[in-house]
Amino acid sequence: MRRRFVVLAAVLLLGWGASAHGAEQLKVGYIATMSGPAASLGTDILDGFKLGIKHCGDQLGGLPVELVVGDDQLKPDVGVQVASRMMEKDKVDIVTGIVFSNVMMAVAGPITDAGLFLISGNAGPSPLAGEGCLPNFFAVSWQNDQTHEAMGKYLQDQGVKTLYLMAPNYQAGKDGLAGVKRYFKGEIVGEVYTKINQPDYAAELTQLRAAKPEAVFVFYPGGMGINFVKQYAQSGLKEEIPLYTTAFTLDQSVLQAMGDAALGLKNSSFWSPDLKNPANEKFVADFKATYQRIPSLFAAQGYDAALLIDSAVRAVNGDLKDQDKLREAFRKADFQSVRGEFKFNHNHFPIQDFYIREVVENEDGVLTNKLLGVAFEDHADAYAAQCPMK
Amino acid sequence: MDPLLIFIQGLNGLQLGVMLFLMAAGLTLVFGVMNLINLAHGSLYMMGAYLAATVQQRTGSFLLAVLLAIPLTTMLGMLVEVTALRRLYKRDHLDQVLATFALILFFNELVRIVWGPQAYFMAVPELFSGYFSILPGVSYPIFRLVIIGVGLAVALLLYLIVSRTRLGMLIRAGATNREMVGALGVNIQLLYTVVFGLGAALAGLAGIMAGPILSVEVGMGESIIILTFVVIVIGGIGSIRGALIASMLVGLADTFGRVLLPPALASMVIYVLMAGVLCWRPQGLFPAYG
Repeated sequence: MRRRFVVLAAVLLLGWGASAHGAEQLKVGYIATMSGPAASLGTDILDGFKLGIKHCGDQLGGLPVELVVGDDQLKPDVGVQVASRMMEKDKVDIVTGIVFSNVMMAVAGPITDAGLFLISGNAGPSPLAGEGCLPNFFAVSWQNDQTHEAMGKYLQDQGVKTLYLMAPNYQAGKDGLAGVKRYFKGEIVGEVYTKINQPDYAAELTQLRAAKPEAVFVFYPGGMGINFVKQYAQSGLKEEIPLYTTAFTLDQSVLQAMGDAALGLKNSSFWSPDLKNPANEKFVADFKATYQRIPSLFAAQGYDAALLIDSAVRAVNGDLKDQDKLREAFRKADFQSVRGEFKFNHNHFPIQDFYIREVVENEDGVLTNKLLGVAFEDHADAYAAQCPMK
Repeated sequence: MDPLLIFIQGLNGLQLGVMLFLMAAGLTLVFGVMNLINLAHGSLYMMGAYLAATVQQRTGSFLLAVLLAIPLTTMLGMLVEVTALRRLYKRDHLDQVLATFALILFFNELVRIVWGPQAYFMAVPELFSGYFSILPGVSYPIFRLVIIGVGLAVALLLYLIVSRTRLGMLIRAGATNREMVGALGVNIQLLYTVVFGLGAALAGLAGIMAGPILSVEVGMGESIIILTFVVIVIGGIGSIRGALIASMLVGLADTFGRVLLPPALASMVIYVLMAGVLCWRPQGLFPAYG
């Protein structure tokens, strides 16, 4: 058994050794959650990223691309292992992906300390936007609070007086509700945190109904969101008290599993499949043609990550040695984003518009999101002021 | 809290308890009669939900989904018993945990390959999609009442099977003294396959009933299996009656805990309950053994 293992290891090492002597190329490490219940997020970002590479002529910045994919299993320690393997064995030039904030907090230090650039395709934890901002870190997605702030603003603008809040009891849940409360100034008549991955909300919904709020805001990503939205509709509450949430609860990847329960629900997002700009129209059409489904916002983020890397590597003519030049190129964000206008703040998080969307059924009978209006224009995150970078 | 709210939360607790009972009854039988720790019981629950969701999506009939998914899950359970689990009875509990954990990974990956990584949709059947008015202005979803009804009917049926039929007699005998039943010339192997199939059918039924209210997704079995183990430990391993009472206790304790306590304490309630029961009665409330 052991002998066989040694032989296998030798073969694998030889394989790696051989591939390291290729022509000049760009090696991109993609780390994301690719297994377990949250796997569809990692797969979506990767699909978008691959389409981005294809649109850049099967290259990034004029260099042929080798993509190394690693699964962090939603565990920070595994993420760190994968990252160090990619840096030491695979010798990647740039790392991207990273779905969850807890994994991001674990890998951001080691990767940027090694002099590599880390482009977040999803997670945007507040410490990295504020005091702990890093010169080699860029979030092409958003800062965690931003999307929630947009819904808080919308509810405030709508003149909602009393609001009931619910979220899972973990950091992103608390950040999300804090984001809403930053812009909603009415009365919060209930703030309930449920156990993470709790499947049934009957008890909480009974309490919610008794509190008689004017509106409800929840943050329940992935499977939790499917459970919550279905049960909210089944309890009859959907007709009584309007439910508001963010794109993370009503993302394209979960809508079909909710069915009619999701119809008509409003949510906030930096992007929507029907956003009118040439880059987005091309992205959505080609994504549908390639993968036979409507892209999610995660896929849009992956696509933009590829285009951002392409623009920066192209600007320095493929010279990855000069870090300062490359960083300047990243900061310019000189690419056609699917969200239209896109620029980085001095903390390397985006300044971007946020929209309100509504779930509708399209002409093919597929549930999707439709733009309703703008919540924020050129919205910067709340932590940038604490970031010492200029 | 006003009495009406307490009553509705009581119904919520009862409904959660009934779901747990459907899972726990099968698990406790398998554990009690076959002395097998089956972590993959939750996978059968997931398979039941996926099979029913698929049939319902293709045919539009919930009844047909139930009629097809239960026998399919039963057969699947029996197949797993004959091909994989049969080899584990004589082995250590730790080996069983390892092997059935592997089965969880196997089924999760299988579902991902067949149905894809995204969650699957299952609708509430048209007939039960409304609300039942308990009092003017106070309504409760009919489907959840149906779940309670189905669960209690299954409990009654199981009680009749276990206490009134020959199969039930063998199950009781098997739970009390396995070797003696074998020595008396009963085909233990067949009995084990039948008991495991029964457990799989119940898990499949639980999955079918959960499908319309929950997200049908990879890994859905893991979230319920831990609670189910808590139930059978409280109720006493191998005892259907224990499983029934313990699942109601756990369902009500969890529901009222979530309503009345802060989240950190609420998630501890059932474990505190389990620790309390084990201190008082280490064998559980209604142990099946002697």
